[in-house]
Amino acid sequence: MRVAKYTGVRIVSLVVTVVIGLYLTILIANMGGYVDVIRKAQIREDVNARIASNQSYRGLTTEARNKLANEQIASQERRLGMDQPFLLRSFNFLTDAITLNLGRAQNMASNSGANEVRLIILERLPPTLVLFGAADIILFFLALFAALVLSRQYGSWLDKVSVMLTPLSSAPGWFYGIFLILIFSAVLKVLPFGGMVDAPPPPGALDYLLSLLKHMVLPVAAYTISLLFLEVFQWRTFFLIYSSEDYVDMAKAKGLPDNDIRNKYILRPTLPTIITSFALLVINTWLGAPIFETVFNWPGLGRALYMAVGLFDTPVIVGETVIFSYMLAITVFLLDFIYALVDPRVKVGDEGNKS
Amino acid sequence: MNLKAMREIFRYPTVIVGVLIILFLVGVSVYTVFAIPYDQAVKLWRGSEEDWYKSPKTAEPIWYNWFLKDKLPETKDILTSDPSVTRTVKTAGAGRVITYTIPINFDYSSFPDDMTLYFTSNFDTKKPFVGISWISPDGKETRLNSFEINSKFTYRLNQDDKVTRKLGGVVASTSLFANPKDPNLKTKPTPVKGTYYLKIEAVTFDSTADLSAEYIIYGKLAGWAGTDYLRRDLGIALLWGTPIALMFGLLAALGTTLTQLIIAGIGTWFGGWVDTILQRITEVNMVLPFLPILIMIGTFYSRSIFVILTAVILLSIFGPGIKTFRAVFMQVKESAYIEAARSYGASNFRIIFLYMIPRLIPMLIPQLIVLIPSYVFLEASLAILGLGDPTLPTWGKMIQDAESQGALFQGWYYWVLEPSALLMVTGLAFSVVGYAMDRVFNPRLRGQ
Repeated sequence: MRVAKYTGVRIVSLVVTVVIGLYLTILIANMGGYVDVIRKAQIREDVNARIASNQSYRGLTTEARNKLANEQIASQERRLGMDQPFLLRSFNFLTDAITLNLGRAQNMASNSGANEVRLIILERLPPTLVLFGAADIILFFLALFAALVLSRQYGSWLDKVSVMLTPLSSAPGWFYGIFLILIFSAVLKVLPFGGMVDAPPPPGALDYLLSLLKHMVLPVAAYTISLLFLEVFQWRTFFLIYSSEDYVDMAKAKGLPDNDIRNKYILRPTLPTIITSFALLVINTWLGAPIFETVFNWPGLGRALYMAVGLFDTPVIVGETVIFSYMLAITVFLLDFIYALVDPRVKVGDEGNKS
Repeated sequence: MNLKAMREIFRYPTVIVGVLIILFLVGVSVYTVFAIPYDQAVKLWRGSEEDWYKSPKTAEPIWYNWFLKDKLPETKDILTSDPSVTRTVKTAGAGRVITYTIPINFDYSSFPDDMTLYFTSNFDTKKPFVGISWISPDGKETRLNSFEINSKFTYRLNQDDKVTRKLGGVVASTSLFANPKDPNLKTKPTPVKGTYYLKIEAVTFDSTADLSAEYIIYGKLAGWAGTDYLRRDLGIALLWGTPIALMFGLLAALGTTLTQLIIAGIGTWFGGWVDTILQRITEVNMVLPFLPILIMIGTFYSRSIFVILTAVILLSIFGPGIKTFRAVFMQVKESAYIEAARSYGASNFRIIFLYMIPRLIPMLIPQLIVLIPSYVFLEASLAILGLGDPTLPTWGKMIQDAESQGALFQGWYYWVLEPSALLMVTGLAFSVVGYAMDRVFNPRLRGQ
């Protein structure tokens, strides 16, 4: 019940946040009238296609047909509210963006050949989720384990080395990716340069999975290297703070087993703090996806954005920005949810009072 | 910031190294800005032929040879006016026959990259006719080709199909330095060391006509940084990348932390609905996709580094840093000296800007320094996405060029490694110093 209520309140506030965020995004995108250009181009294309395919218009002269097309375009634009003031139009486009109804791409196409932005984006979503989902889970548990071990060995040489390695996190994942590709693909030639599966994709499900895993080794490794040490350092500090609490000393004095002290008295109260710090990190790395996926040639959302920039494909760029907003909101929500699950102190009342 | 704290910081040996690196980078920046003025750097980076015709394509740095037993060939640039070149002139009919013999000492274990002859001539009406032949160390003379030249004429030996065919289907820069009877000529030829001669025989048709030539044998090494696919010296990008990276990192870090500090200060001081609104904006900002929006701005509006910098600062104003500052301001707000200021009637802004914000400076400085690398890398990231400032040579642009030319695949490692190493060194230096200052200035965060 507690979690459900908390979740409900969070969903409502996040939806409001996302809508405002999307609206801001659209304002930025439309500063030079680009969204209008997309919409007008789409109307023109639709009308022209309809007139060209209509048998009864075959007999018309070119001029008459053009006149007809212009009339229809004008009425369509009126119908869609293109003649309305910008403020109203921006809200129209907001509803389109929320439903991912973003029109057609100018130059890009999905693998199935469709050029609808929604299809292109939905097709690219799974690879991104697979890559970053796996990388985040691996990073989380690795860092948690390392931080716990190091906090028990505070001041040992291992601890000191890990603290010294913290500055490595100042470089983003793609940067280490370049080095890893250089070592393992270019020099040692043991792992692929990039891509998600071998070309052509292996037929069997198992072969496909193995090929996918092989291609994921380097990206996941690069991601982990760039973030692990900073996370371990921060979490180790949290553990140290929580393990100096009086109730931990009390538990030790009672003679509780080490495992119980670690799991129930140190890990449990530290988890919410850790999850918050992890949430911020995941959000930050989501945004690095365009470069990360470009370096590894990973066919996900980020690489689609990179390609859209190269092809100057406005609808795709706007659509990508919208979907990234969504992903951020969902990430924030999921982590909030987990936070509520692990932290018994979370009360919805607090949240309500503040706002 | 007191002397004791400073002394404590310098107890860490890594910090000393970090500070030295930062000073070095600043020194390089100052040197670069004066040695290669901005306009000149931009012009050179445009990569026109007149600037770069003397340097080879994708050549490795010259210091590679220090570590190699089998030396790689360096670029040779020989003018026909050089003393080593012999010139003979004979009168023939109305015109003259001018012969240049250019000696080439070849002492390398691998072949040069390419060879080009740049002719300059002056004549009255009829163009001079030039024949080129090659004399190998064993004295054998091979006639390569002959052609008419204009007042300016460029002859690229490797692109002359006739010569390539004559030399057994292998480009001139390789086959001319190999034994023509070498059975592995096509697959893995071995170079023959010795003194070669290039003979240029020009027939002119009036007595005053003359010609000169510049003979360039492109090696596999050039400059201290190597060259890229447009023959540009990468040293320029490495040098100019330094001030740009430092400027972008510093301005972005300064801009974001200062604005965040002021907003957090205002929010905490006034509290109530002001604080609530600021908190909500921070939450919205968290959902705004930072990099895609930057990409959108770069694609639609402008790629100028200052536009991007402004956008970065604007998008980061309500960043997560506000929460950190807010937590500290909450404590500061309750301090006795603030109470005192309030009781003697200090204005709100006096309290915020003169009493509260200065208290956070010790916390601000380390955070600012730790932030610099992330913005340096952000600039490189944008460049890799093709959104770098189109005119400026930067580290990120170098990596992007290398990536787009498949440098890792082709084995041109220096092209990627040099800018990456500089990025890494810069990032590490700032974050080492930043983390150390954080430990000294904010002992509470030291983790016991």
